[in-house]
Amino acid sequence: MRPIVLEVEDLSVYFGGLRAVEAVSFYIKKGQIVGLIGPNGAGKTTIFNLLTGVYAPTRGAIYLDEKSILKKKTWQRSQMGMARTFQNIRLFKDMSVIDNVKTAMNNQLDYTMLSGVFRGPGYRKEERAVSRRAHDLLDVMGLDAQADEYARNLPYGQQRKLEIARALASNPRVLLLDEPAAGMNPTETAELLQTIRMVRDRFDLSVLLIEHDMSFVMDICEYIFVLDYGRIIAAGEPEDVRNNPQVIEAYLGGEALGADDDA
Amino acid sequence: MSKPWTKTRKRAISSLITLGFLVVVLLVMNVLIQLGLVNAGVVDMLKFIGINIIAAVSLNMVSGMMGQLVLGHAGFMLVGAYAAAMFTNAVGWPLTASLTPALIIGGLLAAIIGFLIGIPALRLRGDYLAIITLGFGEIIRVIANSLTITNGAKGYYGFPTFSTRQDPATLFNFIFVIAAFVVFFSYTFGTSRHGRAVIAIREDEIAAESSGIRTTYYKLLTFTLSAFFAGVAGGLLAHQLGIIDPSNYGFSKSVEILMMVVLGGMGSITGSVVSASVLTFLPEVLRGFANYRMLIYSVLLICVMLFRPKGLFGRAELRVIKPYEWLRDRHRAKKAQKTGGGGS
Repeated sequence: MRPIVLEVEDLSVYFGGLRAVEAVSFYIKKGQIVGLIGPNGAGKTTIFNLLTGVYAPTRGAIYLDEKSILKKKTWQRSQMGMARTFQNIRLFKDMSVIDNVKTAMNNQLDYTMLSGVFRGPGYRKEERAVSRRAHDLLDVMGLDAQADEYARNLPYGQQRKLEIARALASNPRVLLLDEPAAGMNPTETAELLQTIRMVRDRFDLSVLLIEHDMSFVMDICEYIFVLDYGRIIAAGEPEDVRNNPQVIEAYLGGEALGADDDA
Repeated sequence: MSKPWTKTRKRAISSLITLGFLVVVLLVMNVLIQLGLVNAGVVDMLKFIGINIIAAVSLNMVSGMMGQLVLGHAGFMLVGAYAAAMFTNAVGWPLTASLTPALIIGGLLAAIIGFLIGIPALRLRGDYLAIITLGFGEIIRVIANSLTITNGAKGYYGFPTFSTRQDPATLFNFIFVIAAFVVFFSYTFGTSRHGRAVIAIREDEIAAESSGIRTTYYKLLTFTLSAFFAGVAGGLLAHQLGIIDPSNYGFSKSVEILMMVVLGGMGSITGSVVSASVLTFLPEVLRGFANYRMLIYSVLLICVMLFRPKGLFGRAELRVIKPYEWLRDRHRAKKAQKTGGGGS
């Protein structure tokens, strides 16, 4: 049995009278790629924000490797192994590609500020090491040729990739991807699918992803949760979810999910 | 594998040229001052330029690199000015000996105040941070204005100073070396892991925190460092003028320094240096057109903002390696031409 990496219990958050997320419970096992789907406004990104500590939940518990992370700040959760990408890309645009990655490796460095300012031996040794690791990571993601480019100058698809690279730089246990395929053409989406699988295997992590591209979700996810009005209305393997009448009702208002793929 | 090596070498050559250049400038200036070839007015101007460079480069760390709008920088200068002046006054050593510890004390006190103000202030962003720092800056000034130990609005004076007529060089040397150090510090800080974290906060605070950056810690660290150097600048200014008048360290001084940062390009250190020099020099040059001085000044500012909204330098830096490379390439080209010519 694969161990559970991330577990969420009875998670709720209310914004005034709005019940954005209501009593959500789920878990992710090691090495799993899990999808979180649902119509717009269902609360998917809110769940990501709860997991990473951007919002504090009204009620509920979150466990990462069986440790509660509820009291931890966003940066501490990142240190503990929670990494994410954003729906609307949030790169450090005026920094070079490699500096974007190195920034996320900050927690793995510990030379002091004075060593950094006066270029002490600690600075030189650690910067050399971090530079090597950042280049290795960019190499894996196929971005090494653009290492010294400003992040803002990368084409859209590569910016998405760089966001994943930056997330990987903090050595995560769980990778949260918020609509990674948004705005991509079918070729890019197919490539992204390979990348996510490769990343999962190579870095030995679990992936939770939000996505609207149904064929993509059905292809890549081992397990899917469906969210509607802040509640989980269905969960299961892609086949089960696809044929669940409740999901079809909520999501597509009657039409069969992924009907295009079957054709 | 040759790439990282050339990079290191390039950096080493660049630092050496910069250092050599600075030493030469300092020596030449001293000789000129000793020979009486530059008059006291020019030396004074250079001192003010140096002090403004220190103030602008330190504000650039917070406003340019970290992207937090701060409008109370003059308040920290005022704190540093008092602390440094009171120290040199109290110990009564020759100023050459007491100035260094005085400036450190001035800087430290400003840093402590900055730290205390930073704890509540840095929770806010953008306009709100600007307003709250503006408020704190004014509070510092008003307190200084009403205390007896600061001699209130009459201004604090009577502490030792260097006479501009008899000894114009010493304070110039202090200011020059410290300004060079602050520029060095802010550059190497900016290119260390701490600097990356600070720049990441400017670029996207939420993404920075999600990437494991302790944003509150780095904001407070940078804010405190910036206050330290502002305090040092204040200490130098006090000893240059020989009097501390709180009304000179108000809102308009803070805006003046922020202007230097914005005009030079937010985040560009050399930009801050150049615009601090120009904006100190310009009002003096325009003194002849007394009535129109502020008008010309404002029009120039508006023009820069219209045609170069990111400031003169944007985020780029002036690098001494550039002219060196240009000379080297030209030299090589000439050589190649010669040998080519001989062969045919």
